[in-house]
Amino acid sequence: MSHHLAARSGALLLAASLLAACGQADAGDGSADRPSSDQTTDASFPVTVASGQEGDLTEITVDARPESIVSLSPTATEMLWAVGAGDQVVAVDDQSDHPEGVPSTKLSGYEPNVEAILGHAPDLVISAGDSGDLVAGLEDAGVPTLLLPSASDLDEAYAQIERVGAATGHVAEAAQVVAETQQGVEEAVASAPDVSGLTYFHELSPDLYTASSGTFIGEVYGLFGLENIADAAAKDGDLYPKLSAEYVVSADPDFVLLADSECCDIHPEDVAERAGWKGLDAVENGGIIELDEDVTSRWGPRVVEFAETIAALVSEHAPAN
Amino acid sequence: MGDLAVTAVASPPRLRVPGFVAASAVALAAALAGALVGPAGLTSRGVLAELVDALPLVSVDSGLTPTQQAILWQIRLPRVVLGALVGATLASAGAAYQGAFRNPLADPYLLGVSSGAGLGATLGIVSGGSLGPFDIPLLAFGGGLLGVAATYVLGSSVGGEGGAVAIVLAGVAVAAFFNALQSFVQQRYDDSLLAVYSWMMGRLSTDGWSDVLLVLPYVLVSCGVILLHRRALDVLAVGDVEAASLGIDPARVRLVLVLAATLGTAAVVSVSGLIGFVGVVVPHAVRLLFGASHRTLVPMALLLGAAFVVLSDIAARSALAPAEVPIGVVTAVVGAPFFLVVLRRNRAAA
Repeated sequence: MSHHLAARSGALLLAASLLAACGQADAGDGSADRPSSDQTTDASFPVTVASGQEGDLTEITVDARPESIVSLSPTATEMLWAVGAGDQVVAVDDQSDHPEGVPSTKLSGYEPNVEAILGHAPDLVISAGDSGDLVAGLEDAGVPTLLLPSASDLDEAYAQIERVGAATGHVAEAAQVVAETQQGVEEAVASAPDVSGLTYFHELSPDLYTASSGTFIGEVYGLFGLENIADAAAKDGDLYPKLSAEYVVSADPDFVLLADSECCDIHPEDVAERAGWKGLDAVENGGIIELDEDVTSRWGPRVVEFAETIAALVSEHAPAN
Repeated sequence: MGDLAVTAVASPPRLRVPGFVAASAVALAAALAGALVGPAGLTSRGVLAELVDALPLVSVDSGLTPTQQAILWQIRLPRVVLGALVGATLASAGAAYQGAFRNPLADPYLLGVSSGAGLGATLGIVSGGSLGPFDIPLLAFGGGLLGVAATYVLGSSVGGEGGAVAIVLAGVAVAAFFNALQSFVQQRYDDSLLAVYSWMMGRLSTDGWSDVLLVLPYVLVSCGVILLHRRALDVLAVGDVEAASLGIDPARVRLVLVLAATLGTAAVVSVSGLIGFVGVVVPHAVRLLFGASHRTLVPMALLLGAAFVVLSDIAARSALAPAEVPIGVVTAVVGAPFFLVVLRRNRAAA
């Protein structure tokens, strides 16, 4: 499975670098570095892009540079703007809120309404899921749909940025975004002290749903050497298990990261007040912080911010030695 | 077990006292097991010593660390007690609804109580606490009352001779209506899907003793009223005309019982979410074992309902430990097949 991904990522990277070279050549004869929107014959189109989940990829063809994109995924929206395709986007779903000023609508990515989406006359739709036969419905109308489901690791997230770049005519920028994101994450990790062996609990809900190491969220923590207390519970393949309160308390994590402050109004002081949690190391040593839920739940370029947040936390709380 | 069941059906009255002793022992054993089992890996010796130490005039050193003591006293035991309260309430409410409506399938689900409470709780969840700290329990309670009231009014208005049937049918319509509204609200606020989903699957609280104290008064009132009316339920079972001739106002008794059962159901549902099948499976099991007289049925359902939920929670905590299975999944997986067995046996007996 990872072989396929590696092969595909490799192919995409190769294509990216080739096209980047073309871009350089264009720039040489005085035209703008970025393809302008009136450039109707972008040589890179038609383009074939991988769509779907790692291990179950299909291919979609985008015939010409899309000029009215509809994004039904907040992560895809962030990727679109990051690669410079923002001015090709006509509508984004009700959950997309970054960057500021995106053309937000009442469209829902969870319950997509094909007719409402077609009302925006899209030439490319990007979605995280295919609920309600979205893809088939749009295909009937001749609109290609790029599926970018929740990434299970950072490599997949990077591959998705490249796919967004390829589908929108921004291959070179996408490669650059990926490089910058990778570098940003690496720098955040390098700036932090070695905290190997310290443990954490990433709280997704007050009912103690959490993310295991097998998710891109867990991968970011793992880069710092942090150990996930949920991994004992993820052995049955449930990457987002619900933990018993008594297990969390007995595991006594060094850090508790709250990804449920906005949704569910959970703050560090609430955790300290939970029955039986008062004696936790994380409570006594200030190892509980609130995360920006959007930044941590989206696998786009802002994963750098997520890594920087963790870097700051562990720097503050590294064991003195 | 099978032999015991057959004997019990054959001679319920003689088995009443030993039956109560046995049911109490089962409930106590379940509670003890609930205290002993858990992913934190406390030693049985330590837990037992802690429990003995808590008795007056006895002092034993359990050897548990302060963290382990906190896990036992503030997380595990409140959960066992809450499970027992939830089970006792749902099972006795189920028995009351079944007796009041003379319908063996009546339970909080079928009468619109749970779906009304579900809508209320969903509104509380999506409002994100903007309605105050008690928004979810209060709205669930209001929704539950609204659900059963709508069922009662609709059912009675078309009532007549087939009153009990009409009420259950009205309950189905009301439940469908509230479920549809709830789906609509969920779809509008898909941010809160996880919280609503988690509530729908049922969960015993992680909030220590505060939830126990929150539901306790309602549980006491609800179970108390139903217990006091167990003879009236027996009279209702004979028929409305016969009940009236014996000096009981069937409509009034029915209303009191429905209000009491709804109060208890809505209160426990608001903290524990939807834990299904308890209200229908436990009373049926008790009828099978000890006969249909409500004088036995109600207290037995109370004890065995408590044991059923506590044991289901042990399974929920242990099956994939340290991950947790929602308890509603366990009660449904255990309850649904059991329910079918009970139905078959009832038919065979009839």
